[in-house]
Amino acid sequence: MTYLSTLVPAYAEIFLLVMVCAILIVDLFVTDPNRIVTYLLVQLTLLGCALITVSTYQPGVVHLFHNTFVDDMMSDVLKLLSYLAMSMALVYSRHYLMARGLFTGEFMVLALFALLGMMVMISASHFISLYIGLELLSLSLYAMVALQRDSAVATEAAMKYFILGALASGLLLYGMSMLYGATGSLDVNAISAAISHGVENKQLLTFGLVFIVAGLAFKLGAVPFHMWVPDVYHGAPTAMTLIIGSAPKLAAFAFVMRLLVESMQPLMMHWSGMLAILAVLSMALGNISAIAQTNLKRMFAYSTIAHMGFLLLGVLSGNIDGYSSAMFYAVVYVLMSLGGFGMIMLLSRAGFEADNLDDFKGLNQRSPWLAFIMLLLMFSMAGVPPTVGFYAKFSVLQAAVNAGHIPLVVMAVLFSLIGAFYYLRIVKLMYFDAPESHVPISMQPDSSVLISFNGLAVLLLGILPGNLMAVCAVSVQQSLLLH
Amino acid sequence: MSNFSLYLLVPLAPLLGAILAGLFGKVLGRAWSHRVTIALVAVSFFASLRIFQDVLDGHTFNGAVYQWMTSGDISLEVGFLIDHLTVLMMLVVTFVSLMVHIYTIGYMEEDDGYQRFFSYISLFTFSMLMLVMANNFMQLFFGWEAVGLVSYLLIGFWFKRETAIYANLKAFLVNRVGDFGFLLGIGLILMVFGSLDYATVFASAASHANDMAPIPGVSWNMMTAICILLFIGAMGKSAQFPLHVWLPDSMEGPTPISALIHAATMVTAGIFMVSRMSPLFELSDTALSFVMVIGAITALFMGFLGIIQNDIKRVVAYSTLSQLGYMTCALGASAYSVAIFHLMTHAFFKALLFLAAGSVIIGMHHDQDIRNMGGLRKYMPITWITFLIGTLALIGTPFLSGFYSKDSIIEAVEASGLPVKDFVYIALRMGVFVTAFYSFRLYFLVFHGTERFGKAHHDHHGDHADEEVAADHHHGLAPGQKPHESSWVVTLPLVLLAIPSLAIGYFTIEPILYGSFLKDAIHVIGSHPAMAELAEEFHGPAAKALASVFDSTLWFAISGVVMAWFFYLKRPDIPEKIKQRFHGIYTVLERKYGFDEFNDWFFAGGARLVSRFLWQFGDVKMIDGMMVNGTARLVGMCSGIVRRFQTGYIYHYAFSMIIGVFVLLSIRELIG
Repeated sequence: MTYLSTLVPAYAEIFLLVMVCAILIVDLFVTDPNRIVTYLLVQLTLLGCALITVSTYQPGVVHLFHNTFVDDMMSDVLKLLSYLAMSMALVYSRHYLMARGLFTGEFMVLALFALLGMMVMISASHFISLYIGLELLSLSLYAMVALQRDSAVATEAAMKYFILGALASGLLLYGMSMLYGATGSLDVNAISAAISHGVENKQLLTFGLVFIVAGLAFKLGAVPFHMWVPDVYHGAPTAMTLIIGSAPKLAAFAFVMRLLVESMQPLMMHWSGMLAILAVLSMALGNISAIAQTNLKRMFAYSTIAHMGFLLLGVLSGNIDGYSSAMFYAVVYVLMSLGGFGMIMLLSRAGFEADNLDDFKGLNQRSPWLAFIMLLLMFSMAGVPPTVGFYAKFSVLQAAVNAGHIPLVVMAVLFSLIGAFYYLRIVKLMYFDAPESHVPISMQPDSSVLISFNGLAVLLLGILPGNLMAVCAVSVQQSLLLH
Repeated sequence: MSNFSLYLLVPLAPLLGAILAGLFGKVLGRAWSHRVTIALVAVSFFASLRIFQDVLDGHTFNGAVYQWMTSGDISLEVGFLIDHLTVLMMLVVTFVSLMVHIYTIGYMEEDDGYQRFFSYISLFTFSMLMLVMANNFMQLFFGWEAVGLVSYLLIGFWFKRETAIYANLKAFLVNRVGDFGFLLGIGLILMVFGSLDYATVFASAASHANDMAPIPGVSWNMMTAICILLFIGAMGKSAQFPLHVWLPDSMEGPTPISALIHAATMVTAGIFMVSRMSPLFELSDTALSFVMVIGAITALFMGFLGIIQNDIKRVVAYSTLSQLGYMTCALGASAYSVAIFHLMTHAFFKALLFLAAGSVIIGMHHDQDIRNMGGLRKYMPITWITFLIGTLALIGTPFLSGFYSKDSIIEAVEASGLPVKDFVYIALRMGVFVTAFYSFRLYFLVFHGTERFGKAHHDHHGDHADEEVAADHHHGLAPGQKPHESSWVVTLPLVLLAIPSLAIGYFTIEPILYGSFLKDAIHVIGSHPAMAELAEEFHGPAAKALASVFDSTLWFAISGVVMAWFFYLKRPDIPEKIKQRFHGIYTVLERKYGFDEFNDWFFAGGARLVSRFLWQFGDVKMIDGMMVNGTARLVGMCSGIVRRFQTGYIYHYAFSMIIGVFVLLSIRELIG
């Protein structure tokens, strides 16, 4: 009993694991027409996780399992947002997958395993648990991409993702082993303490750092470790792309925070220089390549690369403002990408993918409301006020200016300006071009209501960004100061 | 309910109404749209009444509601300043708005844009309330621009009419000029005081009284510069000479908004703003003199124009201009409370006149030409009596509301210590005569004399096949048809507005002008003695009315009425003769002193000339040709090259990752 009660901070993970196993068994007895039962169970599980995380919230930082697991405010907030993102992704995906015969128990179980992986990553305070979480997430995602076995594109994408992912994992593990060699520990806090006391072989330390940054960059999809992003985003069925492109970015942010900030804050000068190169390259290549794309999923892939550059810009500022603005950016990005991919799925139907730019021509005439929502999403991605994307960019830039990275900020602004082109092109297509297809859009009530909320949230958070920003700031502050 | 939520309720209730009627108007339908908006404005009115009582008990409020954003040291907030001045404005705005909402049911009955109209006027009410309740310049500016926007939307409400589109564009552009000055003024305030909060600015105003403005080449007092810039904003919004040109044209909008926006509330925003800024204006005699002269010019010369107009609404519009001039003069004389007092009485009787004019227009089937009216008295008795009350209040008949406020303005100007006061005083006295003349000209031509309606005078009666033209609201009575009294939704607001037009001056002059009502909101320094002198001569409202018999001002007004009676009822042939005799003067008046032509030629034409150059050379050649298309081509080219990196071969991808590791390693070497 006493042991169990010490596990309170990990209740959500334990509950999720139990539920996944249960769902796996229940799903065996559910026939295809009744797959909705599994779906509802999954949604209930997510709700249950959220309730557990909220009700077990306690201020302060708690370590568990021999310091491999940490519960702080940042982890709680990120986990809650991950549940939300996953739940929204599943709502958007349901009809899309049903029309393609992919609405299977495996998909949902894999999604939950991926979520478990993310939660472990978010709460990891030890390199081993970080790595286990990462692998759990990645393996689930590889399998999800490959789920459409009869599609050559999807299998190719899965293959590429898997091989490159394995390479990146190797780099990351190598870096971790260097760090272990230099500091004698894999515990985040112990490493941090060791570094600030001074290590004998600093060369070894920074050498390991390089590989860790490389592994991280792969996860985020930063240039030049980004090559998998366009192919996987494009090749995978849109539902999988949505799952890859949304919640894992929150986990990746936590990953960056735990690895670079919490364990290697004293080496900030080193990693911020590396991140600067990655950030600039990502923003440049992401935005410029996106212009040449005619496929919306590919375009979003490049736009993700550019957004991750922005996120890195926040992190490399190296102060509380920078970290909290990066967290805000990650949250906002997830919200926008959910909407963007959700829109593609909403407009798709059996045997037809609405993932070409031409499919958005004249959307305003076919459905003014959806066009308006898409307009909000695009404005937000481009960073046009009063949408929340503006504040996300603004706070990152402000943090970077305060940290003295003026040249980086100038480049970031220039590349965002270039980026605005391809977002606004979609707006232009929707409002000023004649539609190519007149097939009525089959509006599913659940996903169309959700996308309305999604789009309006982008607007409302833009008008009243204060609360979300405050939450990000407080949680980053707590995690850093109390460690 | 706590006070705080009550404050929030006042502006937010009309906003909710605007949203409901605007976005869900089709779902709600016509009847529910007006029910919802009227109910919400009524809520706002009663909440204002409650706050009024509260303020009378001494509970004022000044504080932030929401912090919108901070930039550097400046924090931009939404906040309320609830004091006597605010609450007075809130009552006037919500009451007139409520009347206009009710009246609209009758006036817009047949219009397609019914819900849209209700949405706009509710939105206007919200914006105006935000303006008057502001406790900082930022929110003031928000309200200022928002009422301008709604005014623009409403002037162009019948957007299929060429003239309406022209008028709303004109209003928009002219207001741009004023708003530009206003914004510069706010910018200067921010520079000097480092804050946009009223209380902070006013508290340290005196210590900056002798600062010099950093304008190269001239040595201007900082306060003068700030006040004149702010006043330029007021000139645009309150249609003061020479930015007055948009107000007469704004009559293209539906009559209810002419009453609400272009007579009672929005155009008085400038007056309100200057009164609110009294701690600043008091510090600059130059600015006050400027204010007074502009007011006097507007009061007199815009009155002249009213004499020759034949459109019933335009006559009332010019009279509004002239009355706004009176208020401005009061501001210049440091008699802010008198200006606010006239603002309030004017709001009631001018809204009444406009709405009564609207009722006449309904009765005449949307014919607005007073040459086609006459003798309407027996057909529209309620409209007649209320219009007469409004007219009598306007010309300053003793005991009626307009008398107390207007007479006080003239006395205040006389008592003012500024060197320009003699000119202003004479202009205002002449203005009294002119006001009486054009007001009664209008009254006699519409309600008395021979019945001139029902003649086949419309040449476009033939094209009624096209129903679009029917929406154009230019019908007129068919031969033999008689005008009729309007329905109760139209006449009820008339009666309700007639009551304050009659009595509010008598009952409120003492507290507002001489009591302590506005003492905390308005700040007058000792060297501006107007109000103090007025207070000495004041012995109660009845005594003031009786004493006016011995004052020539009243006789100016009476002679104006008599002359109007003689010219337009007794000897209707005389005006025609005068017109021929003094053809030159008549033409000058008819062309409104040539301001429109000059603006069209100089500003519009000049702007087009400059724009053409900037367009052809700057935009097409430089910006589009070289910079925009040039960079776009460059980016496009880069994009074409970069996309080739994505070969699809997995070993290329892996290779790029390895290169990445090398890049990072070399950075590590660089950093050391």
